[in-house]
Amino acid sequence: MSSVQIRDVRKSFGNFEVLHGVSIPIEDGEFVVLVGPSGCGKSTLLRMLAGLENITSGTISIGDRVVNNVQPKERDIAMVFQNYALYPHMTVADNMGFSLKLRGAKPEEISTGVKRAAEILALTPLLDRYPRQLSGGQRQRVAMGRAIVRDPQVFLFDEPLSNLDAKLRVAMRTEIKELHQRLKTTTVYVTHDQIEAMTMADKIVVMHDGIVEQMGTPLELYDSPANQFVAGFIGSPAMNFLKGKVKSNGSAGFEGPNGVKLPLATAPANSDGQPAVYGVRPEHFTIADDGAEAEIVVVEPTGSETQVFAKLGGEQVVAVFRERHQFSPGDKVRLKPDPSLVHLFDETTGKRLNG
Amino acid sequence: MADIAIAPRRAKTEIREASAWDQLKHNRNWLGFWFMVPALAFLIFFLAYPLGLGIWLSFTDTRIGRVGHYIGTENYEWLWDDAIFWLSVFNTLLYTFVASAIKFGIGLYLALLLNENMPFKAMLRALVLIPFIVPTVLSALAFWWIFDSQFSIISWSLKHLGIISQNINFLGDTTWARICVIFANIWRGVPFVAITLLAGLQTVSPSLYEAATLDGATRWQVFRHITYPLLTPIIAVVMTFSVLFTFTDFQLIWAMTRGGPVNATHLMATLSYQRAIIAGQLGEGAAISSAMIPFLLAAIMISWFGLQRRKWQQGENND
Repeated sequence: MSSVQIRDVRKSFGNFEVLHGVSIPIEDGEFVVLVGPSGCGKSTLLRMLAGLENITSGTISIGDRVVNNVQPKERDIAMVFQNYALYPHMTVADNMGFSLKLRGAKPEEISTGVKRAAEILALTPLLDRYPRQLSGGQRQRVAMGRAIVRDPQVFLFDEPLSNLDAKLRVAMRTEIKELHQRLKTTTVYVTHDQIEAMTMADKIVVMHDGIVEQMGTPLELYDSPANQFVAGFIGSPAMNFLKGKVKSNGSAGFEGPNGVKLPLATAPANSDGQPAVYGVRPEHFTIADDGAEAEIVVVEPTGSETQVFAKLGGEQVVAVFRERHQFSPGDKVRLKPDPSLVHLFDETTGKRLNG
Repeated sequence: MADIAIAPRRAKTEIREASAWDQLKHNRNWLGFWFMVPALAFLIFFLAYPLGLGIWLSFTDTRIGRVGHYIGTENYEWLWDDAIFWLSVFNTLLYTFVASAIKFGIGLYLALLLNENMPFKAMLRALVLIPFIVPTVLSALAFWWIFDSQFSIISWSLKHLGIISQNINFLGDTTWARICVIFANIWRGVPFVAITLLAGLQTVSPSLYEAATLDGATRWQVFRHITYPLLTPIIAVVMTFSVLFTFTDFQLIWAMTRGGPVNATHLMATLSYQRAIIAGQLGEGAAISSAMIPFLLAAIMISWFGLQRRKWQQGENND
């Protein structure tokens, strides 16, 4: 196990820079999730960490060693690929023992290592099968087994769950997290799925267009997103954004689209009339007599909660209620955001304005 | 749903009993048979019939211009004691094994090379195909000139470099002639092997190489443990075809040496042609041709077992 330091790392393909100076400190034993939309550079960063891509500038160190010019096999890392990359002509046992075999380990040593990993992942009955004879989830576990056998300093996961069906994905999520709790190996996990990031990470790194937008624990990112991008990316359904102006003459407030009055706990200093974006999470709406009037468009019950799409000041917003209201399309309701949980962002830079 | 209920009911057409012809029209097997007929006709007229006729001719004393009579295995008995026939068998086996082995080696090397990222990759791939595109007779004629006893460019160059003082008699010396025809066959056969193996290489997912690299494999180990095992099915196919084509080669030899000097380059195919068409002994020529069948069957059997789906290719695919 080791800490990992990524310092001001840049990556260019030809003249095209995809990573614009990324710095991420990763502590020993930490589970870090790199999350972002496709093309944000998260996979490239992971591949640079693995040594599959060159580092254009900046440094990456594993433990105390700068690994910029260290061969992948010397880095003592193990990677789980999105398509698992299992060797199709080898049995599960051979797949898992391949790295030990290349290292010149004795056959007994290999079989002990493979058995240990197979027990951890409940793969023992499958050891003689070939990858083609396995289900998606089993292949996924073999890919993890191959990583575990090596007992590396760092585990790297490149979107390991995106080839699985929804139900299996949830199960494997828990399994990976449990595995990390047991092995306590430093893990870097890349995904585009913010739910995976939220549920698994000790620390989430939100990336966008080759830069780090925000780093922090899942709840930090959820409670106080640093900017509008992070606010919109973290959380499902996504945060509602309403453009308008801050009112701070007398009591603080916000004038939304078409003059809708929205509550604000405190306005930033000297901000009267400043154009801004008002952000409110769907779960932070309540029905209250002093709320803003909205017209219900669609009601989607999921059982545990109900998502309500409504027009607020002409803009579509979504609200989530755990209580069972009897709504139908066309109904007028009064939606009130919880003022203490409201986010305010700069209209041009997207930066967070309230504390 | 609603609009279906509202739509006016159409008058029903009267239901009549399906005749035997109607049933036949909808019988998938009957229809399938007719779709198969063209292919079947091709196979029968252009493959099965000539093959059967050839085998039949080998049991007769047919000559050009004279209907033959059944003479049993007399042709084969005659060949059994024919030293030239056995020389041609030896030549054919030598030609096939040496040329195929070298074609495999060079083809695999080229395929691995062309699979790498390098400048002008597409152009290089196209260039490799040139020997394959040129008509065989044309390239054979070119080689004929290259290996000519008087005007050979190789002899000329070596003489000017001061390495040799006399022309090499490429196609007049038995050893040189064999080397020359094998060389020409390799030159012509390598593109097929290289391009087919390249296609096989491109089906190997790059992430397997990456995974192996992270597992600590050197480049040689990646080839030995990943690339080569994954390529074996396609190697079995391409080498079977290569062996069959080489074994039955006729054009190159006929255009370059006509089997000479002193039958040193006579293959079974060229000897068969010489005896059957040039000398007019159709029965004997057919017997030589038919004698190739056991060898070809053996090659096919080997590939059949080589081609058997390996264990790792079995089982359903859950992708």
